[in-house]
Amino acid sequence: MFEDEFKKDSDVRRGKYTTVSIPITLYNRIKELIKDTGFTSVSQFVTYILREVIASMEREKLESSMISEEEKKRIIEKLRKLGYI
Amino acid sequence: MSKEKVAVYISKELYERVKKFIETQGGFSTIEEFVEFVLNEVISEEPTSYTMSKEDEEKVKERLRALGYI
Amino acid sequence: MVSKPHGNKLINRVVVGRRRDHLLEEAKELPRIEISETLAADTINIAHGVYSPLEGFMTQEDYIHVLHDMRLSNDIPWTIPIILDVNPEDIVDIKEGDDITLTHNNKPIAIMKIEEIYGWDKNEYCKQVFKATDPTHPGVTKTMGRKELLIGGPIDLLNDIYEPFEKYRLWPIETRVLFEAKRWRTIAGFQTRNVPHLGHEYVQKAALTFVDGLFINPLVGWKKRGDFKDEVIARAYEVLIQHYFPKDSIVFSVLRMEMRYAGPREAVFHAIVRKNFGCTHFIVGRDHAGVGNFYKPYEAWEIFKEFPDLGITPLFIRESFYCKKCGGFVNEKICPHSDENRIRISGTKLRRFILRKEKPPEYMVRPEVFEVILSFDNPFIE
Repeated sequence: MFEDEFKKDSDVRRGKYTTVSIPITLYNRIKELIKDTGFTSVSQFVTYILREVIASMEREKLESSMISEEEKKRIIEKLRKLGYI
Repeated sequence: MSKEKVAVYISKELYERVKKFIETQGGFSTIEEFVEFVLNEVISEEPTSYTMSKEDEEKVKERLRALGYI
Repeated sequence: MVSKPHGNKLINRVVVGRRRDHLLEEAKELPRIEISETLAADTINIAHGVYSPLEGFMTQEDYIHVLHDMRLSNDIPWTIPIILDVNPEDIVDIKEGDDITLTHNNKPIAIMKIEEIYGWDKNEYCKQVFKATDPTHPGVTKTMGRKELLIGGPIDLLNDIYEPFEKYRLWPIETRVLFEAKRWRTIAGFQTRNVPHLGHEYVQKAALTFVDGLFINPLVGWKKRGDFKDEVIARAYEVLIQHYFPKDSIVFSVLRMEMRYAGPREAVFHAIVRKNFGCTHFIVGRDHAGVGNFYKPYEAWEIFKEFPDLGITPLFIRESFYCKKCGGFVNEKICPHSDENRIRISGTKLRRFILRKEKPPEYMVRPEVFEVILSFDNPFIE
């Protein structure tokens, strides 16, 4: 069973889209949930949520500072000279 | 729960992005498992929409109208 | 906490020390391609991480994805192609896999590894990026005049170009350290290409009310005729900040980057660039990066809905105007009065006062700023 309201077959044949299967119960709940929200299909909603979640998880994984102490000192010196701090 | 599944479309690029992420992250053996988990999480966060009958809604509107709010 | 760089990786492709000496020698032997100031600025921006996660000029796969999906081929949001155009006759002896030297005014700027040479459809570019093919759109005219082929691949920066605003220029790694040193957790970026009038100041201060710091980051470089000269903008901000902003809440630095006038797409691009500087928020105004009537006044707000993974929060702040009844600067959302009480401050109105050298009303522009503008013989680009 395919959700046919999202993208034309031609797009899929071009290899632009791929499918992920989710339980029909979940599908129906989402379909109900997105009524009158601006999302026009379950696929569109899934895309939105995945991007939001993945981006925030990728960010969390990152270490807070990627700048070495030495580099930081050099930059702070420059900023001081320019009058920024 | 029914085992029946439905396919949703996502772009290949997004699929790869998710795949790469769960490969480095661990905890999920398949993309479908991850997608299902995320969607269930998101959906359970949504407040259950309260339902109101048409008559009830009309009653409330009437009162708001009488009070000059609308 | 400052924002994570776009794509979670702050790019640094500036070559230093012995490796630079070595590459400078090597650069002498390589085929050369002379590039414009605008492209040299792009090269430098790539190297300093302004366009992170890009490490060079786009290859076809990224170019096509950006053009049609507004994302890089790895799904990361990106709305404006960063491309290098060349004449076919300039690269007859060059093939994919070669290293070349990019020069500006015959001075080597960078070494580029050519991963790909490909053609492009300029008309399609204009349709997608500008939503226009009308030659009255400055971006369309510029694009149609560009060279026929594109070359893509990573760059390594050897030399900067001369920067007249050196003392006002900070790179992303520097603003990140600076914001942290100031202990700002939320920073709003403000994009501009104009001298500040009271309308701008109101928008900036409306944002600053809710964040720890404001990063004012005007673009310098290629702009269209009739725009203010770069130096006028920098000097005007200098006096505005000195007299009208709390010093510990603002950072001013310039960015040498071309204006594309691509409206909504460029608004997202501007946000991404400021995210790389460490901003957590970005002010999107009325008709952001627009020109003429090519885009709807608040079209640039709509597009942000398509990017739940942008990693910087847009601040949609309405156009402000002076209301006689309110007795101050307000916007549509907070002022109940009719149009005849409202005075809109436009660049055009300000220009008339400048050309006549006539002092404008105090609600239009700060007197110190106006004085700076008038101190130039011609403050506009000819």
